[in-house]
Amino acid sequence: MSGHSSFQSNNAIVKWIEYRLPIFSFVNEALVVYPTPKNLNYWWNMGSLAGVMLVVQIITGVVLGMHYTPHADLAFDSTEHIMRDVNYGWLLRYMHANGGSMFFAVVYIHIFRGMYYGSYKAPRELLWWLGIIIFILMMATAFMGYVLPWGQMSFWGATVITNLFSAVPILGETIVAWLWGGYSVDQPTLNRFFSLHYLLPFVIFAVVFLHLWALHVHKSNNPLGIDIKGPQDTIPFHPYYTVKDLYGMGVFAIIFAWLLFFAPNLLGEPDNYIPADPLVTPTHIVPEWYFLPFYAILRAIPDKLFGVIAMFASLFILFVLPWLDTSKVRSARFRPVYKMLFWAFFVDCLVLGYIGGQPAEGIFIVIGRLGTALYFLFFLSLPFIGWFERPRKLPASISTAVLESHGGGGTPDGAAAKAEDRG
Amino acid sequence: MLRSVLIAALAALFVSSVSAGALASSNAEHPKELKWSHGGPFGTFDRASVQRGLHVYRETCSGCHGLKYIAFRNLLEIGLSEDQAKIIAAEYTVKDGPNDEGEMFERPGKLFDYMPAPFANDKAARASNNGALPPDLSLIVKARKGGENYIYSILTGYMEPPADVTLAEGMAYNPYFPNHQIAMAPPIDDQTVEYVDGTENSKEQIARDVVSFLAWTAEPTLEARKRLGVKVMLYLFVLTLVLYGVKRKVWAKMH
Ligand code: HEC
Ligand code: HEM
Repeated sequence: MSGHSSFQSNNAIVKWIEYRLPIFSFVNEALVVYPTPKNLNYWWNMGSLAGVMLVVQIITGVVLGMHYTPHADLAFDSTEHIMRDVNYGWLLRYMHANGGSMFFAVVYIHIFRGMYYGSYKAPRELLWWLGIIIFILMMATAFMGYVLPWGQMSFWGATVITNLFSAVPILGETIVAWLWGGYSVDQPTLNRFFSLHYLLPFVIFAVVFLHLWALHVHKSNNPLGIDIKGPQDTIPFHPYYTVKDLYGMGVFAIIFAWLLFFAPNLLGEPDNYIPADPLVTPTHIVPEWYFLPFYAILRAIPDKLFGVIAMFASLFILFVLPWLDTSKVRSARFRPVYKMLFWAFFVDCLVLGYIGGQPAEGIFIVIGRLGTALYFLFFLSLPFIGWFERPRKLPASISTAVLESHGGGGTPDGAAAKAEDRG
Repeated sequence: MLRSVLIAALAALFVSSVSAGALASSNAEHPKELKWSHGGPFGTFDRASVQRGLHVYRETCSGCHGLKYIAFRNLLEIGLSEDQAKIIAAEYTVKDGPNDEGEMFERPGKLFDYMPAPFANDKAARASNNGALPPDLSLIVKARKGGENYIYSILTGYMEPPADVTLAEGMAYNPYFPNHQIAMAPPIDDQTVEYVDGTENSKEQIARDVVSFLAWTAEPTLEARKRLGVKVMLYLFVLTLVLYGVKRKVWAKMH
């Protein structure tokens, strides 16, 4: 953000504005000449995709909000009105509903990417924190958004999740009544959820700004996890990464469009096409897929209060990850033990997601508990791994590794694979 | 590359298992598998079948089930002429008002009216149906796992209960329904309705037609969605290919 500007222009208007508000040099530094490691792979596309999805959600959401009515008697009908009578209302609604899923998919990959390449380590701890805050805000936003169409799953999902707070000792019931604005999920709940669902994306927008600010101080991490040592390690963001991001967006848009146009209800629950009925409880209350791993952790613990604690802990433990991991080496490419653990953790998250969608009975309970234990074990083992693991030798710099991989035919991993002590 | 494919495969497996999960956990029999003309990326509604389905609905189902999101004007979308739709609308009486004297009054339905509900309220509906509530059918195809196949299986799947099952009062046996006991008597059989277009009026055909119709009521915009989808996909494929070419070109300079 700071530093000497390389921006030059001969246009009088541009110069006039630039003198008063240096917005052109700001954009120039952030998106044009911005020095970026040479060796980023496609996992680094997720950040810009997440930004695009936030904008897509805001635009479709604001237009939906023009036709939607946050009233318990009218919300379901107004959603159907959007689907049937509003011009391209079906497109907006399906885009927004599936957009939520695509947004989470991208952000999950983004987070796993950060974990694999050690992007959370010094000096990027705050960048990591801001990311987790965005993730939590997204979960709150999506949870409240899902309540808005006021279908059966909207209503019962909201009931189950808000009820979790009743596990808080002494104050529980008071908190829940305060959240609801009454004695059950009802009109006041729907109304405030709409208000907050409208607000939070803009809060996310602000946190994204901070996230990028922090990013631009120390620049992107990279697959080797080593620092940028000089200009020979970087290339300007434009045109290299603008075009790579655009290509990634094309591929992403194809997947999104397929879901949107040919399977728009694949990830939804049929029960949400039944209007909310406080007197009829659905047989299985399941949240949206992106909440399932956390839902599994919640249900793995037989005690309500400790279940809630475990669920929140599974999220908040991400905040201390930079300090749990004691290894100085960032990238899993050079950390044989961590690499194995990472993939085990990844599979564990998928298993937990699967369990979250199953009824809590029989073998599912056992697997859910094992999965939960493994989830936390992964994090708790990290300090010890950092101490005893012997990482592979790191390459001298990004540019030497890139040269070697293009010259001698070896991969960057291969080039550095000669086992030696950690550097 | 191999790893990305592996991850994609894992993710796909995950999605399919999550969506398959809830079905497996119910004791209902797996629905029959049928082909529907409106399925697949290029699918369109079979107009003739949907129109016959409208006929079936009006003759057989409308006494118990409403269709509250469908207005008579919508019938033009399935190929009825304006006059045909007006005639159908006029067969229903609709409550309107208040008029200039402040009175509510009844009049024949018009194109802009929505299909009137068969019962004044849910209580009245239950009172006439042994305590069970016949759901509004507008969205039923989207509101049940298995969609069209499930509804078709319910309509054609009635049978004598096995010896070890005692039916509760007013219930019928249907293995495709959760817990197998359903409060709707078999609504269709062979020759339940007459078809003017000469189509065979077997139970299966009638069920297929009414389900086609209900698929349309659940999502009248389905055809518009798929048509636009095909165009958007083609456009995106070309655009992405071009972007890939540009990316290759730009990056070639670097090495
Ligand atoms: C005599 C009244 C009556 C008629 C006529 C009738 N139904 Fe029903 N229907 C019911 C009742 C009552 C239920 C609720 C059953 C239950 O919940 O056990 C029901 C339920 C249904 C369901 C929902 C099943 C589920 O999974 O919950 C569908 C679909 C359905 N009917 C379709 C039809 C169709 C199509 C027709 C016309 C061919 C029809 N019905 C005619 C009374 C009727
Ligand atoms: C972080 C970005 C956002 C996410 C993740 C998100 C997510 C969601 C989800 C999951 C739903 C339920 C969809 C369904 O099943 O129908 C929803 C509904 C809705 N959202 Fe958002 N949303 C976001 C931003 C916004 C914004 C900025 C608005 C602006 C007003 C908005 C307005 C609405 C409205 C009106 C609905 C109800 C209509 C419907 O259900 O389709 N959303 N949102």
